[in-house]
Amino acid sequence: MAAVSLRRILLAALVVVGAALGLLKAEAADRTPVPQPVKPATAEKCVADTQFMRRNHMKMLLHQRDETMHEGIRTKQYSLANCVSCHAVKGADGKPVVYSDPKHFCRTCHSYAAVRIDCFECHASRPEEKAKAADASAGSRDAALSALSAHVAEMKR
Amino acid sequence: MSDGGNDMIAPDRRALLKSAVGLATTTIAPGVTLYAFGVAEVGAKPADQAVTSAKRWGLLIDINKCPPGCDKCVTACSEENGWKSSGHPETDAQWIRKVTLRDPRTGVKREAPAMCQHCASPPCVDVCPTGASFKRADGIVLVDKHICIGCRYCMMACPYKARSFVHEEHDDQKVEAPRGKGTVESCTFCVTRVDAGRIPACVEACAAKAGAAMTFGDLNDPASDVSKALASGASAQIRADLGLDPGVRYRNL
Amino acid sequence: MAKVKFQTLDETSASFWALVGLHVVLVALGLGAALYMEEHGHIVTGMNNQIVWGLPHVFAVFLIVSASGALNVASVSSVFNRLAYKPYARLSGILAIALLAGGLAVLVLDLGRPERLIVAILKHNFKSIFAWNIYLYTGFMAIVAAYLFAMMDRRASQNATLGKSIGWLAFAWRLILTTGTGSIFGFLIARELYDSAIMAPLFISASFLYGLAFTVLVLIMMSSETRAELMTEEMIGKFRGLLAIFALATLFLTIVQHVTRLYSSAHVDAEMFILRDGGIYTLMFWGGQILLGTLLPLGLLAARGFDSGRRGLTLTSMLFLAGGLAQMYVIIIGGQAFPLKIFPGYEVSSSFADGAIGRYIPTLPEALLGISGISIAMLLTAVALRLLPFLPQAAPEKA
Repeated sequence: MAAVSLRRILLAALVVVGAALGLLKAEAADRTPVPQPVKPATAEKCVADTQFMRRNHMKMLLHQRDETMHEGIRTKQYSLANCVSCHAVKGADGKPVVYSDPKHFCRTCHSYAAVRIDCFECHASRPEEKAKAADASAGSRDAALSALSAHVAEMKR
Repeated sequence: MSDGGNDMIAPDRRALLKSAVGLATTTIAPGVTLYAFGVAEVGAKPADQAVTSAKRWGLLIDINKCPPGCDKCVTACSEENGWKSSGHPETDAQWIRKVTLRDPRTGVKREAPAMCQHCASPPCVDVCPTGASFKRADGIVLVDKHICIGCRYCMMACPYKARSFVHEEHDDQKVEAPRGKGTVESCTFCVTRVDAGRIPACVEACAAKAGAAMTFGDLNDPASDVSKALASGASAQIRADLGLDPGVRYRNL
Repeated sequence: MAKVKFQTLDETSASFWALVGLHVVLVALGLGAALYMEEHGHIVTGMNNQIVWGLPHVFAVFLIVSASGALNVASVSSVFNRLAYKPYARLSGILAIALLAGGLAVLVLDLGRPERLIVAILKHNFKSIFAWNIYLYTGFMAIVAAYLFAMMDRRASQNATLGKSIGWLAFAWRLILTTGTGSIFGFLIARELYDSAIMAPLFISASFLYGLAFTVLVLIMMSSETRAELMTEEMIGKFRGLLAIFALATLFLTIVQHVTRLYSSAHVDAEMFILRDGGIYTLMFWGGQILLGTLLPLGLLAARGFDSGRRGLTLTSMLFLAGGLAQMYVIIIGGQAFPLKIFPGYEVSSSFADGAIGRYIPTLPEALLGISGISIAMLLTAVALRLLPFLPQAAPEKA
């Protein structure tokens, strides 16, 4: 009798757990929304096409950061600051949000994929107020040039 | 959607990067030339070129021109790089500070700024287990915070107490000066400014608003401001006996 | 001579489980403290920009130094062919691994970015003694594991050459490891109280002392657990003699270190900081390291009236270990507290504590983390002793 009731208890437990998981799964869809990254208003496209960026942005970041840190190569096209400034998402107060806000461009996908990044533990997760004036024109090429001319304008001020 | 498997990505990416960098150079070159002509104070380096040891950045500080009680260099550095006091002087980062020197025999007091000396043989670089503390080819000593594990051994090793540890989280970093909890930091000679052809914030502030005690430039170039200033009189490195050959020199110490 | 027999720890008393329970709690608290420190940053500890290494490092270095010394008993039996020590060789090996694991755990958990440990494994700056230590520590664990295999595996233990070669390798490696640990401080030209070649031999001598003290304490505790004498009277006598010699050697090197530095006018103020003016550091040095940790236990070992059996050995070993902790505190924290002489000849002051004695008040998280290192080591030892025959069987009074 003891064995039979143990088996029944285990079966019951399995059913309960399965049901709970099913319920949780239904709820999970509400918890972390499927990412809908906001396309930046300023640029037509990114430094590379979306599929490439989705797969390889991490490798690009890893590669470029060594070149920047150790060799001082600071091409605007692959600058993290440029990525942040193009992909800045405005919050309720009209200012770009920081990484801790779920609306931050990188957060939308990284929260969903549950991949923790530590870039913004050190790097600024929103552009400087002054640099925003530069993002007036479309296109990555233009964005790069205009960012540069904004810099020059700032120097001459 | 799929485009042929992961092994195709790597060679394609390299080719893409090469062509993209080439495109960027030809696009940006006109802007950079304009830039270089307009505002270079130390000779801007083209953004896509690696630094070389042709330049060695150095600083000369004339103590006699350092007014007592003045801390414009400290304020300028903290504004430029985003570190500030939070009311905990023991754990607050300080990339540059004013040291009051008192002669114990005569009681005469003078002041001098102290920061990372950017040594040619930096002990902090020798002891870093991961190589995060490194010396760039042009002599600037930096912390690569991507690989810093926060062991603080470099802080033990620095004879100038130049390094600070970031003890708490920050989310208000300046774009040009990343800094984060758990890593070590110190004066970078404002490396992003220097690469763009400008001078460090402290030197600029001292020249504009204080005694113009600091001269920055390329030690390898005899025609640079700093070389000419060094040639015009005596100067000394602090703790020269340690044989580290710092890039920072002091006059009238 | 009769073949030595070994046993696993089968019979355990309530007090054993109470102790295991205590260690489990301490380890949990230590891990919790590490998580808390990582979450909030080191602002929650007493470590600051003047005293960058604190209590966790005191415990970590203490455990690492003890670990290399704990191997001594095994080395004496293999390398120096003293067969009387053979019964304790296995315990010596496993204790060495456990103590090292405990020390390393604390060291790693205190890192500013412990999640970047993989970086420390993949990227190395080979000019750094710290990088070398990563290889020395992990290599030590592997070599001692091989050493234990050579001692315990039925076929391998019959191969005398294998045992001897691994024994020699382990002994040499252990000496290099302790040299590396001492050189962490000895190589620092910046600090007056470190920059010295004597740090390596001082650490080696200290490792002999702490390691043997730990081994003896574990043996005594296991003797009461198995309710049998694991050490003969003769062995107790040998251990007492060894502890005394190691303590005297450490005292000698300490004296040489301080007297030599005192002789140099440039370093008199740094020395007097430790010897007279340092407050807690002076107290720890004279009271903790010298009096409680060296002279008192030496006196007890020499005194004819004092218990010359297990109880006496327990007390003196614990005193030596307490003295060891005090010694590590004085070296690691005292060494950082004395200000750097950046502008020699001048009295300096600044907003960055130039010229000022570093202030260090340990907080609860770092104390818990440090203590948990010892608990990790003891827990690992307890588990190992239960699983495999490391302990010798009761020693016969006469062979």
